[in-house]
Amino acid sequence: MVEAGGRRFEAMIEAFLPPVFAVFFSMALFGAFVALAGVDPIEVYRLMATGAFGSWFSVQNTLQRAAPLLLTALCTALPAQMGMVVIGGEGALVAGGLAAVASGLALSGLGLPVLLVQFAMALAAMAAGGAVICFAGMLRQMRGVNETISSLLLTYIVIAVFKQIVEGVMRDPASLNKPATRALPDSLMLGMLPGTDVHVGLLFGLLFCLFGYVLIYHTTFGFAARVVGGNPRAARLAGLPVGRLVLIVTALGGAAGGLAGMVEVAAIQGRASAALIAGYGFSGILVAFLARQNPLAVIPVAFLLGGIAASGGLLQRRLGLPDATVLVLQGILFVTLLASETLTGRFHLRRPTAEVKEA
Amino acid sequence: MKAEPEPAPAVAMVSRPGAPASDLEVVGLTKRFGAFTALDSVDLRVRAGTVHALLGENGAGKSTLVKCVMGFYRADEGAVLIGGRERTIDNPRAAHALGIGMVYQHFTLVPSMTVLENLVMGRAHVPPVIDWQAERRAVSAFMAGMPFTLPLDVPTASLAAGEKQKAEIIKQLYLSCRFLILDEPTSVLTPEEADEILGLLRRMVEAGQLSVLIITHKFREVLAFADSVTVLRRGRAVGGGRVADLSVDDMARLMIGDREIAAPAARKAQAPGEARLEIDALTADDDHGEPAVRGVSLRVASGEILGIAGVSGNGQSVLVEVLAGQRRPTGGSMRLGGEDYQARRSQMLRHGLSLLPEEPLRNACVGRMSVAENMAFRAFDRPPMARAGWWLRQAGIRRAARDLIARYRVKTSSPDAPIATLSGGNVQRAVLARELSGRVDVLVAANPVFGLDFAAVADIHAQIVEARNRGCAVLLVSEDLDELLELADRILVMFDGRVVLETPASRADRTTIGRAMAGHQAPVI
Repeated sequence: MVEAGGRRFEAMIEAFLPPVFAVFFSMALFGAFVALAGVDPIEVYRLMATGAFGSWFSVQNTLQRAAPLLLTALCTALPAQMGMVVIGGEGALVAGGLAAVASGLALSGLGLPVLLVQFAMALAAMAAGGAVICFAGMLRQMRGVNETISSLLLTYIVIAVFKQIVEGVMRDPASLNKPATRALPDSLMLGMLPGTDVHVGLLFGLLFCLFGYVLIYHTTFGFAARVVGGNPRAARLAGLPVGRLVLIVTALGGAAGGLAGMVEVAAIQGRASAALIAGYGFSGILVAFLARQNPLAVIPVAFLLGGIAASGGLLQRRLGLPDATVLVLQGILFVTLLASETLTGRFHLRRPTAEVKEA
Repeated sequence: MKAEPEPAPAVAMVSRPGAPASDLEVVGLTKRFGAFTALDSVDLRVRAGTVHALLGENGAGKSTLVKCVMGFYRADEGAVLIGGRERTIDNPRAAHALGIGMVYQHFTLVPSMTVLENLVMGRAHVPPVIDWQAERRAVSAFMAGMPFTLPLDVPTASLAAGEKQKAEIIKQLYLSCRFLILDEPTSVLTPEEADEILGLLRRMVEAGQLSVLIITHKFREVLAFADSVTVLRRGRAVGGGRVADLSVDDMARLMIGDREIAAPAARKAQAPGEARLEIDALTADDDHGEPAVRGVSLRVASGEILGIAGVSGNGQSVLVEVLAGQRRPTGGSMRLGGEDYQARRSQMLRHGLSLLPEEPLRNACVGRMSVAENMAFRAFDRPPMARAGWWLRQAGIRRAARDLIARYRVKTSSPDAPIATLSGGNVQRAVLARELSGRVDVLVAANPVFGLDFAAVADIHAQIVEARNRGCAVLLVSEDLDELLELADRILVMFDGRVVLETPASRADRTTIGRAMAGHQAPVI
């Protein structure tokens, strides 16, 4: 038993080596990049650490930015359990944000309890986001359309529809230069976690990740999903409803992305506008891949990426680097990570025992 | 890759239309895969300017033999002689350089390219800039010397199957092959197309331009087009000679063997009970959308083993896929335990259906999941592996797996090892353990002992017979006729997607079955 446990621990370490390697390799590359820009890389990393985790203020800033990433990462990580590569998190987020604002504005005048309205907003956001990604799953299941392409293209369609609505029927006449919807009443805005300036959206993200982990690894539903993801032929042989599982899991992933949109509008922005299209959905893809699609591993990775984003301001102020510098690091990280995927399974802490291979 | 001796430019070789056919001899060829001997000291001689047929059941070693000749595999012992000289053939390019070409069962032309482009691009050395005018002239001149022509400027995708096959042959000849190996070349053709192409090749052989080694299992083709034949059975050359001296019955007996049927293991004499699995006028398509099962009806009763014989690719595997829910039928109906069956989990569970598909790692396992998890596919949503139907109990899964691993002697480092790290035989045992451990009322098994050693074979056969004795209805699909004769109560023979023969195993006649398997309608004896 101890033996088996040790083996599982080793397997886990082996699985996480490539992303760790990717992080260090990209840090080296990024160091070379800032050195070319005439800045001391050590100083950059020191400042990034300070900007991300150096003070209570920066930690809160980091957590604030990590909250939507937790949710948009799940939009990729959950369908990945079914062997699908979904990159439509941005679309789910935008659809969810719009649905949350629309339902919030519609229900705000009815005198309903605040919690009930917020709950309805979250539900509407999850339904909208879920519908977008579930549609990609449906296209794949019924028409054989590649879900990666369709989820990305659906994102563009959703963004176009979003702009159409925000600049059209739902536009607040008072918003002149930057079209936006009317603002949600302050009473509907999400509160802060006690003792912090971090909104409760972080809690939503943490809970959704935990839920995702339990669902995938500790329920019969998750087991069936992993069988489908690993080998659809074996799943059919076991009589599993492959199509239904694909639809449910893609809808769940989309729901996470949609909830991220609700959190953004109901905790930060207060209204739906083009500011909602900030790339959290795309950063979520990076988080999911770095976490090797494990919903639990999404949590630390989202904090790391949130920290990188949070430190951008400090780099700008102190070193005169452009704010977008950290995006370069993100980009390098993603490319290195994809390349390091080929290393998976090549690391062996111990030679495989002979008995496995024989006979 | 290490440098090969440079073959002369193809164009230069093509300009020798009169080059004589070459002969080929294989001496004492032995090929082992691990403990399994695929070829056991096989001798074979193809004289220049003849058609030699290589006959045998699936798994007899035909493909392994030609893959050794073509350089895909390295033989462990033995030699290949071409034109009387021993040659080392390390890879297919070396074979091409020696003038040996092969036409595969499946098309290898680039579908979107024209015949001309395919011919030119197929050469070992294509110049960086192609002078298409010159190439067209060269190919046209070459084509003029062939007994049949093809349109040069049509994408090969739009050619009919027979024309594609001709293009494949033309390509090999254009690449200056003087010895052509054909691997079941007519399996994708209609009988008319097959006759035409084999007839054309026959004429080229008679003109002394070519020698042909043809792999087939159709006696008709052997009788009509081959000069001599070698029969392989279980990796051994068991006989052969001039086709003129042999009858179909001789060849069938050589191919299938005339050992006495081994006494069925601990088989209880019992009358079959009620029908458990009924299939009526079932039709289904293969991956290419071609009909593969064309109206199969059968019923399997409790307490009997129904064997389905046939050469692979005659619809049996598609039939099993439909039963396993891996493929949708296009027509007909299936009933399981008297109830309409759509391969749902609840139906499989209610009527105790278990499946042992072929290639278990591809069909029945998730390679990266652990042995324990793979063993749980049938029962993961029921106690003791699940609580309340939704909460997975890892402990229950692991305990059940440890029990099965011990009981079925699965060799694995731990229940947590990914199942893909196990050897083929152990993957098979793991799947067998999973499928036979619960309540089994209907068992569908496809080549369940393929590639296993003798002990494992006897073990699995005993399990299947034991299931039958318990009253289980067994559908056993096998390409090994010995296995069917040993285990089955009744035998159906499938050919070209249809059931062409049904016979009780006790009165089964190997020759009749062999002829039916080869599509040779047996005269009533």
